[in-house]
Amino acid sequence: MTLPPILAALRKHKSGVVLITLQIALTLAIVCNAVFIIGQRVATVQRPTGMDEQNLFLIQQQIVNAPTGNDAASLERRYAMLRSDLMTLRGLPDVASAAPVRSLPLLQSSNNGGVGLQPNQDHSTATTTFYGGDEDLLKTLGVRLVAGRNFTASEITHDDRGGDWQPPVAIVTRALADQLFPAGDALGKTVYFNGGAVPTTIIGIVARLQTPNVGWGSDYNWNSTLLPTFPNDTYTRTAVRAKPGQLDAAMRDARQALVAANPQRVIRNGFAGFIGIYPYSDIRARAYRADIGMALLMGVICLVLLCVTGAGIVGLTSFWVGQRRRQIGIRRALGATRTDILRYFQAENLLIAGMGVALGAALAVGLNLWLMQQFAMDRMSLLYVLAGVVALLALGQGAVLAPALRASRVSPVEATRSV
Amino acid sequence: MFGYYLDLALRSLKRNKALTALMVLTVGFGVAASMTTWSVFRAVSGDPIPQKSARLFVPQIDNWGPTGHEPGSNSTEPPSAMSYTDAVALMRAHRAKYQSAMYQIADSVAPKAANQSLTLIAGEAVGSEFFPMLDVPFAYGGGWSGAEDANRAQVAVISSQLNGMLFGGADSVGRMLTFGHHDYRVVGVTDDWHPHPVFYDVVNTGGFTPLAADIFLPFDTAIANDANINGSTNCNQPPAESGFKGLQKSECVWISFMVQLDDAAAVRDYHQFLVNYSLEQQRAGRFNWPPEVRLRGLMAWLAERHVVPSDTKVSLYVAVGLLLVCLVNVMGLLLAKFMRRSGEIGVRRALGASRGEIYLQFLVEAGMVGLAGGVLGLALTWLGIAGVGWVMPPEIAALAHMDVSLLATTLIVAIVATMLAGLYPTLRASAVQPAWQLKSN
Repeated sequence: MTLPPILAALRKHKSGVVLITLQIALTLAIVCNAVFIIGQRVATVQRPTGMDEQNLFLIQQQIVNAPTGNDAASLERRYAMLRSDLMTLRGLPDVASAAPVRSLPLLQSSNNGGVGLQPNQDHSTATTTFYGGDEDLLKTLGVRLVAGRNFTASEITHDDRGGDWQPPVAIVTRALADQLFPAGDALGKTVYFNGGAVPTTIIGIVARLQTPNVGWGSDYNWNSTLLPTFPNDTYTRTAVRAKPGQLDAAMRDARQALVAANPQRVIRNGFAGFIGIYPYSDIRARAYRADIGMALLMGVICLVLLCVTGAGIVGLTSFWVGQRRRQIGIRRALGATRTDILRYFQAENLLIAGMGVALGAALAVGLNLWLMQQFAMDRMSLLYVLAGVVALLALGQGAVLAPALRASRVSPVEATRSV
Repeated sequence: MFGYYLDLALRSLKRNKALTALMVLTVGFGVAASMTTWSVFRAVSGDPIPQKSARLFVPQIDNWGPTGHEPGSNSTEPPSAMSYTDAVALMRAHRAKYQSAMYQIADSVAPKAANQSLTLIAGEAVGSEFFPMLDVPFAYGGGWSGAEDANRAQVAVISSQLNGMLFGGADSVGRMLTFGHHDYRVVGVTDDWHPHPVFYDVVNTGGFTPLAADIFLPFDTAIANDANINGSTNCNQPPAESGFKGLQKSECVWISFMVQLDDAAAVRDYHQFLVNYSLEQQRAGRFNWPPEVRLRGLMAWLAERHVVPSDTKVSLYVAVGLLLVCLVNVMGLLLAKFMRRSGEIGVRRALGASRGEIYLQFLVEAGMVGLAGGVLGLALTWLGIAGVGWVMPPEIAALAHMDVSLLATTLIVAIVATMLAGLYPTLRASAVQPAWQLKSN
């Protein structure tokens, strides 16, 4: 099979060739970027939070008859009510442990701030999210402590609605510890939160704990700080770990027991998911809904694109086969085998698709650069382009097969027939 | 003549059913993908208050200074929200035609029936001028007065939804409700008011929120009653004192602000007022940096806050790319189809048809493909809009809907796009030399 006859034939269909080349190029450019978006979203969704998510559920409620003030009496009264709820939960047969929480990974409700190495530091050294809880927090979330110790019961404070911003001790994630102290000796060191002057000692380091943020604050996704503060508010969150396999039963019992203990609470699921009892899997699904949706949409668009382009190649090649029956007949009469005819159309397609993917690869990179500039998207690895090139060449060959086979079956006798 | 072309087009399209079906499907899918994503895009990017958006402005004051910015950042953008100190000062100064400080609140609301379980509702603490400034429509009653602002009156405006829940949808003006630990007298019920985006408080809602504002309380009343902040609070330094009172004294920002300025002179004056205010604060020692203020128009503000989610834009662009590929595809197929009929064209030309007539004939055929593709696209768009909840966040997906304008746009886009795609093939067809075709036959 030589190139010149193919080129000569293609010159007769310049516009058709240009159109199909353009179509393949555009398809490649869009599919590469769409698949890249899918890849990124899937990677985002699959990140582990650092918690043991199985058997974990979250209770979010508003205690209606709790005092709202911040005077000592109100604080104590409210704390007593919250403690009593916690005791109720801890006493349930299917509950392994329970802890008050200010937020949870992926919950999209966060309290963030800066961490500095000096008192009254102007620009903080690192940004972090703050989680508050009691001594059962680590156990309940299933977060792995890799150095130091957990909070003791005597370290837990409960005297402020907004949370104690600068407690004497804190536990941080490995990621935050390493950012603050690159030498790896964070344990026992002193830090200052939010540009303040009150020293806090790092008493423990946990392997990993994601922030509640989804879609923003991605530069500090793993910078979490756990503070020994019992969130003392009428709107409260409690993380509960059910005994293995008892999640449903524990959730049902928890609701019944809480309502029985004090019906003056808002606990029915609602308020955009910020009130009620939800398994952690629901919180994860809600957080990543948009990412999964975007991946799905891009997937559908890729599928339609590839189908359209494949069908387009089939259509155009069929037309060319129909148009060239006589020439095919002549070639057959002059001794070309069926395989020769088949190879001819396959080579022709490879040539056109080759031009298309060459142009398309450049377009794909250009489109990615534009998306990076417009939407702060990441740089696409060239592997995506390479995979796209292979896929489109394969699509072209697949699409051309049927018309090419039909061409190969043209009988030499056609050469003698006029149109 | 047109009827004859229609007949010819139909015959031609029927002759090669697979090719016709392929073209129609291609147009249908391309149009449906773009129209579905367009329906979402137009819903989230539209002007939420077209009659007034040019007269609404959002002031910003830099109360954090250069050290409040991210380390290494060159941005001099002031915080997006306001501290209590500045919000109150701007309200007191009352330099705009209308102005309102706003913050998001949420608490339990007492239900009508005792056996109904308690619910939590979200709302907004606003000034009395909020309602005339934003042209809030009322089903019953109206907003409260400036005097009621000053007196910290226990009054509330509620949404028609909350009115339905608490009072069965009846005229509830004068009735009492309990929100949190306080009782409020209803003075107005809004009439189905759901601006998208929630332009008056994009700082706290991000523009699109599953939590609709069901109650509006006077700003000073809410502050006096310690009404919980439901939105976000940003601090450059921890408040010196704890609790809500401490927050009010701090430089933390949590209050949205909007003003109405009716002409360019008013905008200039207000900008100068913000600068002067900052200078005063500098002289008083509160700010130790030169004034850094912003006064953006509403639409510029929404753009600055990136209210249209970037996913929505990317989806639209990708879908338009899909439509483009579909059109190139249709163009190639039409070209193949038309050129195959060179013989027929030759005969028609030889029998006296002009180039223009050939041109028209084939354009009609392209238009018919477009029309069929449009009808299919319409059905697919309808399906797409129904299924958009699968791929977009619910509060955004809920905004996409089929209406007459989308219906017309879909059909027009399909037909115009297909005819555009048909222009070149048609041109080629009309350029067929009759003598050449007749000879070769």
